[in-house]
Amino acid sequence: MATAEAEPAAAPAAATRPPWTATLHGWVVTVDHKKLGILYVLMAVGFILVAGAAALMMRLQLWAPNLALLPPTTFNQFFTLHGTTMVFFVGMPLLIGIANFAVPLMIGARDMAFPRLNAFGFWATLFGGLLVYFSMVVPGGPPAVGWFAYAPLTENSFARGPGVDCWALGLIVSGFGTTTAAINFAVTTLSLRCPGMTLRKVPFFVWVMFWTSVQILVVMPPLTAALVMLEFDRQLGAHFFDTQAGGSAYLWQHLFWFFGHPEVYILVLPAFGMISEVVPVFSRKVLFGYEFMAAATAAIAFISLGVWAHHMFAVGMSRALDLFFAAASMLVSIPTGIKLFNWLATVYGGKLVLKSPMLFALGFLSMFVIGGLTGIILACAPVDLQVTDTYFVVGHFHWVLIGGTVFGIFSAIHYWYPKATGRMLSERLAKWQFWLLFLGFILTFAPMHVAGILGMPRRIYTYGPGRGWELWNQLATLGALLQAPSYLLFAYNIVASLWKGKPAGDDPWDAWTLEWATPSPPPAYNFAVVPTVRSRRPLWDLKHPDDPDWKYE
Amino acid sequence: MTDLSPTPDAPEVLPESAVAPPDHTAGVEGRPEPHKAGMVCFLVSEAAFFSTLIMAYVIFLRHGSAGPTPAEALSLPLVLGNTACLLLSSVTVHLAERSLRKGNVGTFRLLWAATILLGVLFLVGTAVEWRGLIRDHGLTIGVNLFGTTYYTLVGFHAFHVTLGVLSLTAVLGVSARGLLPGTAPLPVTLVGWYWHFVDIVWVVVFLVVYVLGR
Repeated sequence: MATAEAEPAAAPAAATRPPWTATLHGWVVTVDHKKLGILYVLMAVGFILVAGAAALMMRLQLWAPNLALLPPTTFNQFFTLHGTTMVFFVGMPLLIGIANFAVPLMIGARDMAFPRLNAFGFWATLFGGLLVYFSMVVPGGPPAVGWFAYAPLTENSFARGPGVDCWALGLIVSGFGTTTAAINFAVTTLSLRCPGMTLRKVPFFVWVMFWTSVQILVVMPPLTAALVMLEFDRQLGAHFFDTQAGGSAYLWQHLFWFFGHPEVYILVLPAFGMISEVVPVFSRKVLFGYEFMAAATAAIAFISLGVWAHHMFAVGMSRALDLFFAAASMLVSIPTGIKLFNWLATVYGGKLVLKSPMLFALGFLSMFVIGGLTGIILACAPVDLQVTDTYFVVGHFHWVLIGGTVFGIFSAIHYWYPKATGRMLSERLAKWQFWLLFLGFILTFAPMHVAGILGMPRRIYTYGPGRGWELWNQLATLGALLQAPSYLLFAYNIVASLWKGKPAGDDPWDAWTLEWATPSPPPAYNFAVVPTVRSRRPLWDLKHPDDPDWKYE
Repeated sequence: MTDLSPTPDAPEVLPESAVAPPDHTAGVEGRPEPHKAGMVCFLVSEAAFFSTLIMAYVIFLRHGSAGPTPAEALSLPLVLGNTACLLLSSVTVHLAERSLRKGNVGTFRLLWAATILLGVLFLVGTAVEWRGLIRDHGLTIGVNLFGTTYYTLVGFHAFHVTLGVLSLTAVLGVSARGLLPGTAPLPVTLVGWYWHFVDIVWVVVFLVVYVLGR
């Protein structure tokens, strides 16, 4: 510390900033959880712009019947890359990145439990993503198999180029990264909480990340195993999914969705946690029903492991399996409903502060409900049989993933950006971003439900006139055009605010968890003194020594 | 702008006067040891991985297609010897840990080396078995579903045994240089757990492939 302080004094004031190569080197070799968290987020922002551009092109292609903007194969490759990227290289890295930044600070720890493994996790995710995109330059181009890559479309007989191999290997590599991140979160939460922070007193986001990690540990390896089987089929001539030699396309569906459905909860549980931090602070009340929320989180983590085959009703399983998976899927709505009512009860009677984090949180609360309701509709096997593989499904899961995950993520980024950078984001730009996204999102995905009920299948590159689909597709494309600038505004805001933003101070939101007790941005060592906590809101106790929480909890 | 200097000036946070007295019922001391917790998490993910492979094996069992069946190709005597090696190695690794705890470093190294030897014997046994399967029965990964699932499952297990042997050897090397402090150093415990896990997986694989599935 003393030497570090002496250095700037020796150099002229303008030269105190290290050369850019040193800065870059520092970021590349870093094992600091805060820098890695920021790297995860930056990587995801890069990927979201690429995959978002692909989505925009697809929407333009579907603007009117029989357009020829994108050739059929290119269209198929675009939706494959779009889905894969958004799930593996945007959604998960954003959630893992934000948690990487926040979790150690929230529990009063110096860093994650395994900092070098943490760095490995980030680089494995990034290079896994690059490996998937490497398929752009191989013969035959990117895979054209959809993000769930149903067999036997992925077998050698149908996908001759190495595109599918890039895809599978990229997901295996990034899967290792995700698994190590999960190990890190689980151990950090279990072992590194500061003195006094029992598991019943962890900030809710930390609790949620723990259960998300448990899910990742259980479902990510089966995906890796399935991808390995696929590569054995393609490279060694094995027959797992090779239906002509007795292999089973049905097995791939089970293996993929055993990962794929819990993945939906891996993508949304952390957003639940983020909302559970933002809503209380901006309602100026404690989180309502913490214990019920905690139990509901664990319940969702368990139940969601047993619902995967609701993606497969149309396969023709058996009546018993259909009934089981329909019932189990509906069961998830109970703990989810508990959460929703607890958030509403937190808001109820509160003194709402409608700053940008809260705006996105309210967007989440309103939109996620609707996505949940169409989810219940889809869980009914008979209804699912009618609308399976139609735009109704596309509308449903985008509603949950944008209305849930993306709104939660934006809420969290607007909440923690001041902590990470020491600067406030522009509220004006954030409000523009919110309203463009909110309206554009509804305009894009609501009409898809209608198009789906009218029978429009997903993944078609064009459609004939006179089926009544034109209007709904045009509305959706207009919505996409309305949404697009909101993401650009966001990217501009997070960059420009580094220079233009108002200085944030340590605790701009008057919040209650430990990260706000550190300077903004926090020093590499996080806490000069290891904090000791006695309640779920240690900063409230600190600010109100006359009326601390621990007297009531 | 994000401050990139290595140690920016930062005020002390939570001055001690403001910190509530520690809740002595849940000090950090009472928490799980991070490396052990990490190993448990890793083994959970490994278990999920092997469960998937075992499931695939069971699903394709008796899905008749051309080529050798398990009953025709698999022979018990060799694999029983392999199994005995692996089971015995679990005992030696356990005894090795115990002698180290008693401060008996020489016995520890001897038993630890015996564990490595038994692991290598298992791998050699597997190689001999595979050679027979390929040469005498014409069973390869591409011949039929039995070959596909068998080589994938048993192969991934053998791969894990290989990793285990390498880790055991690394620990022995560190110990030989006198760099393993204490009577229960973490590498010994953690590699021991990993080895037991690989062993348990083999018991399941043995029962599924060689006993129930034959």
